[in-house]
Amino acid sequence: MALPAVAVYSFLYLYPAVQNLLYATERWDGVTKPQQVGLHNFVHLATSDDLFRRIVGNNIRFTLIVVIFQTAFSLLFATFLLKNTKTTIFLRVIYFFPTILSSVSVGLIWTFLYNPNFGFINATLKAMGLNSLALNWLGDTKYSLYAIAVTQIWFHTGQMVIIYVAGLQQIPADLYEAAEVDGATRWQQFKNITWPMALPTTAVVVAYTTIQSFRAFDLVYSMTQGGPQNSSDLIVTSIYNTAFASFKYGYASAQSVVLILVVLLVTWLQRRTLRIDYGVKK
Amino acid sequence: MMYKVFKNTMLSIFALAVIVPSSIVVLGAFKKDNEIYSNPLALPKSWNFNNFRTLIHEGNVFTPFKNSVIVSLFSVAITLLFASLAAYGIARMTTITGRMLFMLFSLGLAIPGQVNIIPIYHLFVKLHLTNSLVGLILVNIALTLPISIFILTSFFKDIPKEMYEVAGIDGAGHLRIYRSIALPLSRPALGATGIFLFVICWNDLLYPLMLITQLDKKTLPLTLIDFRGEFATSYSMLFTAIMVASVPMIAMYIFMQRSFIAGLTAGAVKG
Repeated sequence: MALPAVAVYSFLYLYPAVQNLLYATERWDGVTKPQQVGLHNFVHLATSDDLFRRIVGNNIRFTLIVVIFQTAFSLLFATFLLKNTKTTIFLRVIYFFPTILSSVSVGLIWTFLYNPNFGFINATLKAMGLNSLALNWLGDTKYSLYAIAVTQIWFHTGQMVIIYVAGLQQIPADLYEAAEVDGATRWQQFKNITWPMALPTTAVVVAYTTIQSFRAFDLVYSMTQGGPQNSSDLIVTSIYNTAFASFKYGYASAQSVVLILVVLLVTWLQRRTLRIDYGVKK
Repeated sequence: MMYKVFKNTMLSIFALAVIVPSSIVVLGAFKKDNEIYSNPLALPKSWNFNNFRTLIHEGNVFTPFKNSVIVSLFSVAITLLFASLAAYGIARMTTITGRMLFMLFSLGLAIPGQVNIIPIYHLFVKLHLTNSLVGLILVNIALTLPISIFILTSFFKDIPKEMYEVAGIDGAGHLRIYRSIALPLSRPALGATGIFLFVICWNDLLYPLMLITQLDKKTLPLTLIDFRGEFATSYSMLFTAIMVASVPMIAMYIFMQRSFIAGLTAGAVKG
């Protein structure tokens, strides 16, 4: 019964994945015959490609910012919206709304908001007399990556709020009642009940957010295309450009192998830390 | 007291952060460009559908809309069929084969599908599947099979064994049990998974960007990108196009809110 799935999956997922490893050891422009170069692509990536190193750095910074802030915000909002009342349900529905938009739409809407001349953000800042804060958000190498990170957080926080609410509602209410009786403050209740009890949910949220942030191709492509001067380039956009703008297919494949390794490393690290954390708290 | 103020401030800020940009887009679809630039949040001077009319007349949104519908519907239907068959097999097979199959598909969860763009591109050039909706459908199926199988397997495993066994005693074969027990009982799961897949297929940019160059084969995300001009973007037209592109999602969100939210979070919780 699994036959059709196995067939499609092997032919269009596993076979390309293996092929990708082979390409990574070649130099190939897509026209002339590919040349076997062994591990040369990887050596070059690791030792003499400053741009790629910067892009990996961008990606790590982007992921860290998104994971930290998005997780913090969604946990905070979930604790606020825990009880099922008309208001909280309404707010959850509003917060979830960006999730249903396409990433290209979100990217283009935010490109408008960030526009230095007539964008909504700068217009508002100027109206408040904060002219010095009205920056060229997407056009300045200092801010472009962070501006896209803000958009990514806006895009997916609502989705994580829903996951957290589902997780937090599993925590028995009598724990809080007992803490209340003992005179525990809100912060103490959060620190000693909510946080440790929500750790499994946090693990899920963090893992999902990480993977999403490594896949943020659509936002970058629709907002800055990696610019200015590669300041907002991520690994996936770099793979795409190396292959389909510079026609270095072998080199791009080597980059995608690096991406797999980075993703595996990060997920492994997260699993370890969150599990150890959980064990200690227990 | 302090807590209340903090809570309400934070909640209002994020609510506004969602409502304001959304209103700008909706209102902008009824405005001219200069109205959007001068006061994006004001009501349009006159409510008319001129932008929508222009969009339809120039004909550059209807075809991509149709293409997106075709690609998404076929991708979702075929993926659900293949994935549910495989998931049923995995859930019911206690032998080593079942576990091996599951491991095989789990591999796909560890490797992000984006890393396959280069081999897929060359394979599709060879097979003449570039500039083809069938090509996009095939890519979507391959990319979404692992996560779908993952979600559906856990649902099929939740169905009590006795249900399957009783049917087996009555002489029903596997296909029969799959069709008359597993599928009907997991209808909510199938619906949620279907919506989850639909959102992925409807919004995908990377693979269409790489595989489609012909105007009449473009999907909506590609068309939206084209609205972004080299020097100046007509935001009134862009916002109108975004409205059109989002209508199916918004309709689904309004009418199937429960399944919709379940679907978009099941991907995270189960995966």
